[in-house]
Amino acid sequence: MISYDSIQELVDKAKKKGKLISELVLEDQALQMEQSQEELFELMRASLQVMAEAAAKGLTAVSKSASGLSGGDANKMRQSVDAGRSLSGKVLSETLAKALAIAEVNACMGRIVAAPTAGSCGIIPAVLLTLKEENNLAEDRVVMSLFTAAGLGMVIAKKASISGAEGGCQAECGSAAAMAAAAAVELMGGTPQMSAHACAMALKSVLGLVCDPVAGLVEVPCVKRNASGAANALIAAEMALAGIESTIPVDEVIGAMKAIGDAMPKSLKETAEGGLADTPTAKKIARDILR
Amino acid sequence: MNVFDIIGPIMVGPSSSHTAGAVRIGKIARTVAGGQPVAVTIELYGSFAQTYKGHGTDKAIIAGLLGMAPDDERIKDSLELARQAGMTFKFRKSHNKEVHPNTALISAVDQAGKKIIVQGSSVGGGRIVVNRINEINVKFNGEYYTLLIPHTDTPGVIAAVTNLLADQGINIAELNMYRSHRGGEAMMVIETDQAVKGEQISLIEAVKTVKKAVLIEPIY
Repeated sequence: MISYDSIQELVDKAKKKGKLISELVLEDQALQMEQSQEELFELMRASLQVMAEAAAKGLTAVSKSASGLSGGDANKMRQSVDAGRSLSGKVLSETLAKALAIAEVNACMGRIVAAPTAGSCGIIPAVLLTLKEENNLAEDRVVMSLFTAAGLGMVIAKKASISGAEGGCQAECGSAAAMAAAAAVELMGGTPQMSAHACAMALKSVLGLVCDPVAGLVEVPCVKRNASGAANALIAAEMALAGIESTIPVDEVIGAMKAIGDAMPKSLKETAEGGLADTPTAKKIARDILR
Repeated sequence: MNVFDIIGPIMVGPSSSHTAGAVRIGKIARTVAGGQPVAVTIELYGSFAQTYKGHGTDKAIIAGLLGMAPDDERIKDSLELARQAGMTFKFRKSHNKEVHPNTALISAVDQAGKKIIVQGSSVGGGRIVVNRINEINVKFNGEYYTLLIPHTDTPGVIAAVTNLLADQGINIAELNMYRSHRGGEAMMVIETDQAVKGEQISLIEAVKTVKKAVLIEPIY
């Protein structure tokens, strides 16, 4: 059994057994949940399908959320990519479009998979689904990579937090980006140790990021932070696959995130009292919505 | 915690606590009412009261009362569906510093015209805690098969009920007894590992001073 107390433990066990992190996690979870590996694999496949449906829906949607604050931006991004106006390359632009798409579907009360939360639900699927499409990867491999994302996410949840109310946005979009980066590395043939470095690098880039939702809704800045989170994951994965290492080991980065989250004032942890939520425009929006 | 707590649940957005958890509170109220209520009044507290329109918490609670699950795409149309189904509803913003910030108190009139009350809090990640049934303060989270057994506080009732469960090989995960006062209205909340069947419920309801037995199936 795996304790999920440290990511390095996962990496070392995977190395020792000559397995991928995803294989190790699936094997362990089947034991812990007293279900077969096939059953858990199919449950995860169902999640991937919901993710793909949400992305497809959001990419062509024009409707707005109940508050009117979000909706339609993914469609703009997709049209721009379709017109060949990608500034930073097709993989990144496609990833951004999907991250916005899924986050907008969430804001509009559509069906999504919390990954690890509803507020950060666009990041992991945007990265993995784009890599799948651009590299013609088999669906089964993408399903497996979700077990890597989940395994690392369990360690983050256990040792720090995946909740904005507890740890700020670093704990939500930061954790999602870190999980996505590690899964992307595995998907693209990197080693378990490279996945751990990718996870560390993605998390390091957003340490201290606060959760300051306008009017307390999962929309502004959450939808666009899904796009930046997905980009962050690709950056970290790309560096790790090039052999770049994180100087601070991943488990220490998670410890730092926990300490920063604890030190963060309550006004910056999902209470909509500080940060962007406290700007004149945000306060006006809040007044209009609450009226 | 398992992998599906991290990649999951599959749900309708935008917020696991304000939407998915709210559906579950509504669904438990439906079960306590023995089906779809005729009329409901919902009091919202804290963040639920502040953000319910933007988060669709109102739609989510009504969806639960209509029997939907947290991943049902009809949740966003639930207010209209409730009107079509003949269930009237009213929302009120309330204040109470004592309750968790994401709390809803649902008062419903059931098909027989009887009033029931369910209060629940959404405590994060779509998980909930039910903290009041009718006039009695309770505490359970819907993770197990949960039996709610209102009765009059008398010696031997717990023994009689637990013996009936034991006879059927049903293992009790947790048992709590709440009472208004000595010899007064009481509520047993029994969480079990196995499903309790209809005939067992009838046997429990036949125990002296037991008024009713309501089974809530696991909601996760």
